[in-house]
Amino acid sequence: MAKFKGAVVIDEERCKGCNICVATCPFKVLALQKKEVNNKGYHYAYMENPDACTGCTSCGTVCPDACIEVYRAKID
Amino acid sequence: MEVNDIIKPENLVYHKPALLKDCTMHYCPGCSHSTVHKIVCEVIEEMGATEYAIGVAPVGCAVFAYNYIDVDMSEAAHGRAPAVATAIKRLQPDKLVFTYQGDGDLAAIGTCETIHAANRGENITIIFINNAIYGMTGGQMAPTTLLGQKTATTPYGRRVDLNGYPLAISNLLAQLDGTCFVTRQSVHSPAAVRKAKAAIRKAFENSMARKGTSVVEIIGTCNSGWKLSPVDANNWMEEHMFEKYPIGDLKNV
Ligand SMILES: Cc1ncc(C[n+]2csc(CCOP(=O)(O)OP(=O)(O)O)c2C)c(N)n1
Ligand code: SF4
Ligand code: SF4
Ligand code: SF4
Ligand SMILES: [Mg+2]
Repeated sequence: MAKFKGAVVIDEERCKGCNICVATCPFKVLALQKKEVNNKGYHYAYMENPDACTGCTSCGTVCPDACIEVYRAKID
Repeated sequence: MEVNDIIKPENLVYHKPALLKDCTMHYCPGCSHSTVHKIVCEVIEEMGATEYAIGVAPVGCAVFAYNYIDVDMSEAAHGRAPAVATAIKRLQPDKLVFTYQGDGDLAAIGTCETIHAANRGENITIIFINNAIYGMTGGQMAPTTLLGQKTATTPYGRRVDLNGYPLAISNLLAQLDGTCFVTRQSVHSPAAVRKAKAAIRKAFENSMARKGTSVVEIIGTCNSGWKLSPVDANNWMEEHMFEKYPIGDLKNV
């Protein structure tokens, strides 16, 4: 069976730190910055555990503010 | 494989719809209005309807919907979106005409316009965001507020003897001969978002096929008004809102 590896690009300035993507990711890839904030003052989301991303698009689908681009590549 | 090998244009599988403008939406973090705006844009793009879609924005938190959804839009007086949409669709029957309304807008001040537009079977789509509260004005009780739910005007919880019962207005609309499709959806999980998108698509197609009025109710959160975090609000919604407002089609003819 083909396997996939994914990665996300988060628009840090658009992100409002709502944590919905973090709670939704089935592979615990995402987290909110603990100290860093964006220009709006939000602790934005980032890939804390990038190796676990499968590119399933769950985070992008639920992100209210459309901050997340998801990429997926086949690995054999 | 390194992250940089994956992040290439040919591997892109999810992105912001182009119809959602780049400006930041004014909604609170995690607000369901944002998610619904996003999927409305996706559906219009996927249908290739950008040039012939016309939306009508409400009064409520979504009052600035026209600043975010990049199609022709009109703003209606509070609750009057179905009347404005009626006029637009009758004058331009080839357009895809939809309203976007909150529960205060649709089920309180606009009850009359909503019921009569649906009863006339206007060929429009009504997208109805039910967050069981008046979000914009500071979290007052709405007709849809649950029994026991605390709001600014029901600080000890909604009581039947004082405030009456929560209004499941989509069930009423489903009774009317003018409606062809009435459904209740949500946007709190990836599967729910996909189903809500499919429902909006079906409603839009009904409107273009002039089958009558389609209503897509989306049970949403107002985490600020509910005084919960966005994630807790989604959980509260699943636990409490779906009992009174079950997800699924109410009518599909
Ligand atoms: C004629 C009129 N009456 C009252 C108001 C005050 N008002 C503004 S928004 C609103 C209710 C909004 O609630 P809802 O439609 O549920 O939208 P939400 O903000 O929850 O999305 C009210 C009562 C108004 N703007 N105009
Ligand atoms: S694409 Fe899937 S696995 Fe990757 S971060 Fe998003 S939700 Fe997690
Ligand atoms: S869901 Fe979107 S806005 Fe919320 S934390 Fe994640 S990236 Fe940021
Ligand atoms: S007040 Fe409620 S409905 Fe309005 S933007 Fe904030 S969370 Fe959304
Ligand atoms: Mg409301």
